[in-house]
Amino acid sequence: MDMQMLTTLLWTVAKILMIVVPLILTVAYYTYAERKVIGYMQSRMGPNRVGPWGLLQPFADVFKLLFKEIILPSNANKFLFYLAPVLSLAPAFAAWAVVPFDDWLVLADIDASLLYVLALTSMGVYGVIVAGWASNSKYAFIGALRSAAQIVSYEIAMGFALVGVIIVAGSINLREIVLAQQGGIFDWFWLPLLPLFMVYFISGVAETNRAPFDVAEGESEIVAGFHVEYAGAAFAVFFLAEYANMILISALTALLFAGGWLSPFENVPLLAETFIAQPHAAWFLGKMFFFMFFFLWFRATFPRYRYDQIMRLGWKVFIPITIVWLIVAAVFVLLGWVEQGA
Amino acid sequence: MSIQVLVFYLFGTILTLSALSVITVRNPVYAALFLVLAFFSSAAIWMLLEVEFLAITLVLVYVGAVMVLFLFVVMMLDVNLSRLREGFARYLPVGILVALVMAGELLLVIWTKGAEKLPLPPGNPEGFSNTTYLGERLYTEYLFPFEIAAVILLVAIVAAITLTHRGRSEGGRYQDPARQVQVTRDERVRIVSMPAVKDKENGA
Amino acid sequence: MLADYFPILVFLGISVALGAILVVVGSVLGPKRPGDDKMSPYECGFEAFEDARMKFDVRYYLVAILFIIFDLEIAFLFPWAVVLESIGWTGFWAMMVFLGILVVGFIYEWKKGALEW
Repeated sequence: MDMQMLTTLLWTVAKILMIVVPLILTVAYYTYAERKVIGYMQSRMGPNRVGPWGLLQPFADVFKLLFKEIILPSNANKFLFYLAPVLSLAPAFAAWAVVPFDDWLVLADIDASLLYVLALTSMGVYGVIVAGWASNSKYAFIGALRSAAQIVSYEIAMGFALVGVIIVAGSINLREIVLAQQGGIFDWFWLPLLPLFMVYFISGVAETNRAPFDVAEGESEIVAGFHVEYAGAAFAVFFLAEYANMILISALTALLFAGGWLSPFENVPLLAETFIAQPHAAWFLGKMFFFMFFFLWFRATFPRYRYDQIMRLGWKVFIPITIVWLIVAAVFVLLGWVEQGA
Repeated sequence: MSIQVLVFYLFGTILTLSALSVITVRNPVYAALFLVLAFFSSAAIWMLLEVEFLAITLVLVYVGAVMVLFLFVVMMLDVNLSRLREGFARYLPVGILVALVMAGELLLVIWTKGAEKLPLPPGNPEGFSNTTYLGERLYTEYLFPFEIAAVILLVAIVAAITLTHRGRSEGGRYQDPARQVQVTRDERVRIVSMPAVKDKENGA
Repeated sequence: MLADYFPILVFLGISVALGAILVVVGSVLGPKRPGDDKMSPYECGFEAFEDARMKFDVRYYLVAILFIIFDLEIAFLFPWAVVLESIGWTGFWAMMVFLGILVVGFIYEWKKGALEW
């Protein structure tokens, strides 16, 4: 290996760390925000002991988990038991390789980046299945089954919703999809694709096994689902993966339906020249945090769905809606009512 | 050696080793997981041929969907290993025969075509999109095979349902969410107006 | 094009390594005090009987099979959606026939009760 290849490699690794480290910090403070937000929604204080306003709580949690014993249940399959958390973390992080933060700020601007994200999120189910099977526990096994069937069901609705986005954007590159939404808040895809936008986001909540679709870990029925036997750092990795997935879904919703880094005031007459009408990565992050907040709000507000209701919603409500609306979107584009790629 | 060649040999090795492991490991779950790895590394090799849409679709469909079903089946079906091994000696001659024929075919292809007679496809021009190219051909030139694919998928749906679906067990009680959400207050709550009862008269 | 995929390869490697490192660090730092009761699989107060990896309802397989079919359908829809404007109404009707055939299958499974839980 010559010098040039080595510097390319090191520079790539440095860029990846610039994504991964803030992502881990976001996960850490997302868990803090979750406890604070839900706390205030339930008239409690939330964590407030470690550091000022409890701000060091996430670090206390991480170090506590790292120093705990990883219990290997008897009869568990040792290798697969340790492999499962890695399998669930890797896709949740690797999908960030193609997420554009700004027009120029993207690690790998590949042509088929949306397809890549869909392929990687579809691999997240392995962590769940392998964990449930390797634990040799009935609760873990039932949780894994429920969770896997739920994830694959909602993935279909999600995929169809993405097809709708591609129809109006005319591209499967995330950067180009954002650029196709130029023109202010009413030109973003949430408006022409409103049903798909809602289906996509709700499916995203179901894909990440979050409330109100968290039957996979419904603590009142099957204790903690597929990760019931996990403790210590192995549990922390599952936790990290779940929250990284929630952030990823929020980021994708912001990119696909809410104009990514574009400003909502782009064509407002008085503001068009000022700085708040300019596209900026801060817009993207702001929208991402906005959607992230919904995950917490849902958890504080909705009671848990029953499993048959979840499957019914995915197959009998969302799939028909998405099929109908993607045909509608295609007709819109062909009649010229919505311009493809503009 | 360029990175490309390095990556090719890396994934080629992983592919060969994992494919070998699929048929040699004893635990069927490991075999299925090795098959996942094999699909993944062949996707990487397809990627080296610059067919990004097909490569990512390979991961999406085979790793993300088909192998999930395989894992479901081998994990949960309680495969009886000793019974599976019973027929091993009996089918061995047939197996060896098939293996020999396939190896012969492979050698024949390499012999007649040879590495130098099968040049690498020319690199794609700048700005070439595999997906667009595929889309422009598939729904126009290859329209008929495309519709045949739909019929095959339809047959698959029907076959899957007739083979596995047993319907609901008789006499089970099921909830109908559509009816549940349509319930109005009047069906469940009856407001009864009663005169207030004084504590003394009630004797409480 | 391949140069664009190089960072993805590295990113995949780093993500796998990150998970592995966390698990390894945890198992090095954490104590190791195994015990029969601690290591027994979780149960509601009684001894675990029979193997946890039991057979289960066939509906889960059916969902997985139907998922494969619909996933393939999505794979066919992606390139169609990208080039929709250039292939025009011909391409639109080609996909409508395709979707129509599959919607027949979808209605069949609905009517057969394969989507009931």
